Amino acid sequence: MHIDWLSFTPIPSLLGGMILGIAAALYVLLHGRILGISGIVSGLLHSKAGDIAWRLSLVLGLLSAPVLAALFFGIRPIVDIESDWYAILLAGLLVGFGAQYGSGCTSGHGICGLSRLSPRSLVATATFMSAGFLTVFAIRHILGA
Amino acid sequence: MRKHIGLLSQFAIGALFGWGLIISGMSNPQKVLGFLDLAGLWDPSLIFVMAGAILVGLAGFYVVSKRSEAFFGGALHIPTRRDISKPLIIGSFIFGIGWGIAGICPGPALVALGAGYLKAFVFVVAMLVGMRICEKFFTAHKQKPEQP
Repeated sequence: MHIDWLSFTPIPSLLGGMILGIAAALYVLLHGRILGISGIVSGLLHSKAGDIAWRLSLVLGLLSAPVLAALFFGIRPIVDIESDWYAILLAGLLVGFGAQYGSGCTSGHGICGLSRLSPRSLVATATFMSAGFLTVFAIRHILGA
Repeated sequence: MRKHIGLLSQFAIGALFGWGLIISGMSNPQKVLGFLDLAGLWDPSLIFVMAGAILVGLAGFYVVSKRSEAFFGGALHIPTRRDISKPLIIGSFIFGIGWGIAGICPGPALVALGAGYLKAFVFVVAMLVGMRICEKFFTAHKQKPEQP
């Protein structure tokens, strides 16, 4: 195994991770819910009165994050999307379908689930991490893309 | 009034989560792929993100386990299921394949969309379609989608 020392950012990643943890903790304390982005977004697909406004507020917060970060802290997010359009389309479909069928994503299972020691989330996280490792291995080292 | 503060809090927590993704580097798909590429030049940063998040999250969820109500009122909506079901594993595996293809998961997709990336827009639309397909054809018999 070769570590990419040039890309490795232990301190910002640890700090950013702690912010993610603070957001998830605040969310469950204040709103009594799991901060699972896929679940909150997919709930927007049904129009049930009284259930839309809070989901939309959270999503708007996420969407505004880069603009607010630029305004307040002068930070611009690094977003480097190298996949082509077809790959993006396929990835989006699989991520949406999988998160819905598997009841959660990297935030709901990964961060919140592991934080509350849920056995389901532990299995889900181990499963999607393994699938991610296998997929990247297949794409980069077998297909050579 | 309380309702409006609640919505403002939702917005603020969404933004805070987005900042966490930006600062940790997880809003960058190439960085996520760098972590998933064990056989290439490996970037272990994602482990530090998870460690930081879970460290704080453990404390948060411990405090919440002593409470019966959310601060803004209402019951706690915390999943109670403990069974390892087939959909959980199959769904997570499919999610992982999609995650491995582009290095994008739902949170970072929304942050990238907010930053104005057209590819993120396409990803989010496809993600919504994927969710709808799942709901319509695979979980239609259930009243509500499963909780984590």
